[in-house]
Amino acid sequence: MALNVTDLRVYYRTLRGEVKALDGVTFSVADGEIMGLAGESGSGKSTLAKSLIRLDGRMRHVGGTVELDGKTMPLADDTGMDRFRFREVSLIPQYSMSALNPTRKIGKMVGELLDSRGERLERAELERRLELVGLSKDVLDRYPIELSGGMKQRVVMVISTLLNPSLLIADEVTSALDVSSQKAVATTLLGFRDRGLVTSMMVVTHDISLVYQIADTIMVMYAGRLAEKAPAEVLVTAPRHPYTKQLISALPEVGVRYEDRRLTGIPGNPPSLLKPPGGCRFRDRCPLAFDQCAEQPPFAEVAPGHFVACWKAE
Amino acid sequence: MRRYFGRKLLIYGLTFFAAVTINWMIPRFMPGDPVQSMLSRANVAQPAAVEAMRAHYTAMFGFDLPLWQQYLNFWGSLLKGDLGISIWLFPTPVSDVIIRAVPYTLGLLIPSILLSWFAGNRFGAFAARRKWLDNSVLPVGYVLTATPYMWLAILLAWALGIVAGVFPVAGAYGFDLQPSLSWDFLGSLAQHWFLPFASLFLVAFGGWAIGMRNMIIYELEADYVNYLRALGAPMRLVRRYAFRNAILPQVTGLALQLGVLVAGALVTEIVFSYPGLGHLILQAIQNQDFFLLQGTFLFIVIGVLIANFVIDIAYVLVDPRTRTGMGGAA
Repeated sequence: MALNVTDLRVYYRTLRGEVKALDGVTFSVADGEIMGLAGESGSGKSTLAKSLIRLDGRMRHVGGTVELDGKTMPLADDTGMDRFRFREVSLIPQYSMSALNPTRKIGKMVGELLDSRGERLERAELERRLELVGLSKDVLDRYPIELSGGMKQRVVMVISTLLNPSLLIADEVTSALDVSSQKAVATTLLGFRDRGLVTSMMVVTHDISLVYQIADTIMVMYAGRLAEKAPAEVLVTAPRHPYTKQLISALPEVGVRYEDRRLTGIPGNPPSLLKPPGGCRFRDRCPLAFDQCAEQPPFAEVAPGHFVACWKAE
Repeated sequence: MRRYFGRKLLIYGLTFFAAVTINWMIPRFMPGDPVQSMLSRANVAQPAAVEAMRAHYTAMFGFDLPLWQQYLNFWGSLLKGDLGISIWLFPTPVSDVIIRAVPYTLGLLIPSILLSWFAGNRFGAFAARRKWLDNSVLPVGYVLTATPYMWLAILLAWALGIVAGVFPVAGAYGFDLQPSLSWDFLGSLAQHWFLPFASLFLVAFGGWAIGMRNMIIYELEADYVNYLRALGAPMRLVRRYAFRNAILPQVTGLALQLGVLVAGALVTEIVFSYPGLGHLILQAIQNQDFFLLQGTFLFIVIGVLIANFVIDIAYVLVDPRTRTGMGGAA
């Protein structure tokens, strides 16, 4: 097992109290697995992604453990985490366009970064990797401002995977791209796994239709908790959690005309995570809700590799 | 590159023209009559002699010509390097008077500008995000930068000069000394130099330190810093990058602040009776010395323009983005 997350809880400190953005999350990602992590904004998916590599100043690790390749990661210890960062767990950030230091040539910056981590820069390997994502080695002698947005993103993808991390977290990497570039990025990510440059991957997105194309499994989050995790095909075609069902049915389908039947959304809004209600958090919006939902349903395996947190999931 | 500097030079040329024109206008719009004051200084009783002298001086300074002709003549002699003759120190040429004063002003200005800039930036960057230091530096910096130059100068002169008696409070060297290359003279020079320098340095230091602290904090929140930290880059590297990027607005700030610093130095010189350009300006105004005032202003304008040009070049060297913005090579 590459990644084991047990009852992870990460809260945000705010003036009005603690926002329970990640409230008891347990799952695992196998070696070689590409897991899509989906959910609407505020569901906690980005918090989960960040927690696994670097908590920002307002985040607090409240409880739970994270094991990567059998080693426990000290999430709350910023310096202790440095051992894992880049080598074991790496990140392609949401902000790839501005992730490079604007006043350093890219090659020089990569060299200094590797140097600071006590790694040697193998120029030939770096150039080979750039070629892999369709960039010429000339970009190393350029400043970030001289590259297009798509090129910058690919450079960041190469840098992040340079030390062959065990887990790669791709945080909303396609959100800012047009459709054809989205496809290219997705294919590149797949290529990283297939060539063994990264072992497992977590692809955070709000676009299920995109992650469906590359992910082996998809995990859906709702209001700081896990709703459902299943193999990609199963989750999209036969979801069991009422939230997932409504989420999937809200996606447009190719070949269907929506003149007669309007696409429906999910009525209502997610609960505030400042003082979340007890029990199932989807209860208020759920058409199937009944008395037992006042109690929090366990994230239980209902079929091999298919986990659902719902009392009515059969 | 060529076009960039060509454009810059054109702008500097226009600025120079406008500034010199204004310099020419200012003394002429001041109340008072310089010839009259020269005559009263000469203390001649006979009305006929006074009239003859008045006609002589007026013709010599060209005040009998119409204004537009005075203006053209002014440009003409300026291009020949002739700044006219001082009225206050008649008949010393203005250029001689200025050249005698310039070393004192530069000796104050250059060290205080450069040292305060370097020290302020270093210190501000060091203080940023170090809680205890930050909490003490910030208020001190704000107080310093909000202090008027002359007020701090007076305060220093009073505290260290009059009360403590450590430093002299007037002149550039002891009244009993003649300029020479002896240790006595140099020591006295340094002693007299210290207080005006310190007052200029401290005010500017506070401003730079605060600016740099804010810039570094801003840079440490930037995306590229988050990315580097996520990849486990040590704070040492991150701070180095942040410093380098934060220094860019400070370079621009230096260009903008030059004029203020020069003005501050002029006032400080007056407080300490330091025989630099500021002292000259005061004397020129008091004696209605048009030519000296013009010449001094001209010198300051040229100095500020040259310094700005140097900073423009430095900016091109430190920020690659301006280089790509110059058109041509991509």
